[in-house]
Amino acid sequence: MDHTEKLLEVSRLRVVFKTHGGEVNAVRDVSFSLNKGETLAIVGESGCGKSVTARSVMRLIPEHIGKIAGGSILFKGQDLAKLPEKEMREMRGKEISMIFQDAMTSLNPTISIGEQIMEGIIRHQKVAKSEARRQAIEILQLVGIANPESRLKQYLHQFSGGMRQRIMIAIALVCKPSILIADEPTTALDVTIQAQIIDLFKSIQQKTGVSIIIITHDLGVVAKIADRVNVMYAGKVVESGPVRDIFYNPQHPYTKGLLASMPRLDADREIPLSPIPGTPPDLFAPPIGCAFAARCDYALEVCRNYQPAESHLHSKHSVSCWLQDPRAKKMLAAMQAPTGT
Amino acid sequence: MERKKLVQVKNLTKTFTLEKGLSLKAADNISFEIYEGETFGLVGESGCGKSTTGRTIIGLYQPTSGEVLFDGQSVHKASGSERGKITRNMQMIFQDPYASLNPRMNISEIISEGLNLNGLYKGNERMQRVVELLEMVGLQKEHANRFPHEFSGGQRQRIGIARALAVNPRFIIADEPISALDVSVQAQVVNLMKTLQREQNLTYLFIAHDLAMVKHISDRIGVMYLGNMVEMTASEKLYESPKHPYTQALLSAIPVPDPDLEKGRERSIIEGDVPSPINPPSGCVFRTRCPVAKDVCAQQKPMWQEVDSGHFVACHLYE
Repeated sequence: MDHTEKLLEVSRLRVVFKTHGGEVNAVRDVSFSLNKGETLAIVGESGCGKSVTARSVMRLIPEHIGKIAGGSILFKGQDLAKLPEKEMREMRGKEISMIFQDAMTSLNPTISIGEQIMEGIIRHQKVAKSEARRQAIEILQLVGIANPESRLKQYLHQFSGGMRQRIMIAIALVCKPSILIADEPTTALDVTIQAQIIDLFKSIQQKTGVSIIIITHDLGVVAKIADRVNVMYAGKVVESGPVRDIFYNPQHPYTKGLLASMPRLDADREIPLSPIPGTPPDLFAPPIGCAFAARCDYALEVCRNYQPAESHLHSKHSVSCWLQDPRAKKMLAAMQAPTGT
Repeated sequence: MERKKLVQVKNLTKTFTLEKGLSLKAADNISFEIYEGETFGLVGESGCGKSTTGRTIIGLYQPTSGEVLFDGQSVHKASGSERGKITRNMQMIFQDPYASLNPRMNISEIISEGLNLNGLYKGNERMQRVVELLEMVGLQKEHANRFPHEFSGGQRQRIGIARALAVNPRFIIADEPISALDVSVQAQVVNLMKTLQREQNLTYLFIAHDLAMVKHISDRIGVMYLGNMVEMTASEKLYESPKHPYTQALLSAIPVPDPDLEKGRERSIIEGDVPSPINPPSGCVFRTRCPVAKDVCAQQKPMWQEVDSGHFVACHLYE
């Protein structure tokens, strides 16, 4: 299966926030693309810029505190980074939709869920209310909510956590967008409900062909759902590749560290976990070199002073790390070679 | 060699009274023991009663019925100096390292509050003890005069651990101690807790919903569902041969960080949601979502019985 049609292309995206303490460089030169019908996972720890990256695509960065300071977001020939707000409003919900971690605070508790689903249909498709209602019922069925006719009249508090997440997915999908961005969609859910929602994402993708960007810190979820993975650290994509390459042939020490620090159900309890020492850097003053150098077991002198360039292991797997430099590889080979005369 | 039972929970029930004469049985007839020096893990999804059980054990709640014995003494019936001795030996680590440290106290005040209350380490010894505790949890003595906002989440959790250890307790209840932390930092805190346990012969009750982490840290695990304990056994055994259909579903619902394994995995996804604890199902509380429920499950509550050495389960399949 080869997804070749590029739907979204983000290049050298930079996002800064103004705060009392100065400017925070939340996203620093992030580039990636999304193909038709695929699921891209963006992983990383809190503060790595994964959510800000996704919100930038939707242009949801509040103007009074932050801005897209550079780069482009190409979608169907248009640069979303420069689109006027009025045109952007036509995109949201119709072309690109987003769902959030917590449905309770993302949806309106005082409006029936039927009205919240129909709002987008009426806004974007300019159809009569009866037609909007028909579509709302259809989408509720698709996301697995029983008795949709009577459920339409109900309010958010009458649904469980998993059901609320299904409703948010229904609202996001009702205008048949080509991209669905899901920001930690299962983090607030219990594992048995999480399993149901992940299965729902997969079946919806099969039925509608929607491309999904999923933001998560849970590598188990990534393994289950993603085709490709972007690993972010301190506002940068440090490694990017197909899901199997990331899990079975990780190249960046941060990716390796992240995988090693997770306990596994089938692991021996006697072996201690291998945490990554230290904490992520302060993005008020990001390090001049590689941001991970201070926590990296393999850091070289060059890592602290210069940013590593992106190198490609193959056409789809790329990594930004000085260890990939031919000179570092040569050194490593020399050190490992037998020292006999 | 007979291992010493440090904590005994006997038929513990905690009911909360709600408005309009409704009541919620958060913990229903829970019994288990924790041996000295071991880690007992309590897992289950939100609302299963695991935190209520922990909070009742330490005495934050008064049980509706049943009792908790610490080193043979009743936690809830003890009074005066006896009670003081028990509470000093039981300490708690909380989930949210941002909410559980007073932002207006500096670290040395936070850590030594328990010492003050118990009149321990007076005068010069006080500061020495604070420094010793900071170093024990991987912080430095320079940190003593700083305030909580100057620390990261992982560091704050270390401060919470230092505070719990200050009065030399024997038993620590850790309620979701790592779920607010990033993955790479979670491992730091868990390793620290394991090291401290070895060095000081601590006994832990580790409450969490992350089964992989609970399995890693615990010697034995109890699984709770809707206020009931449904299964309890050694942690390897729970993973290798889970008996209760709920434990089986829980284990199979956890996504494994291994894409090939995930693709080939056969999973029993359980349908529906957890029923309301205010009006729980009759008989076995899991029957409404259970893939193998029989008629008897709706009529009778399954008995808590030992099906294998040290392996307890409450399910009609094994009766």
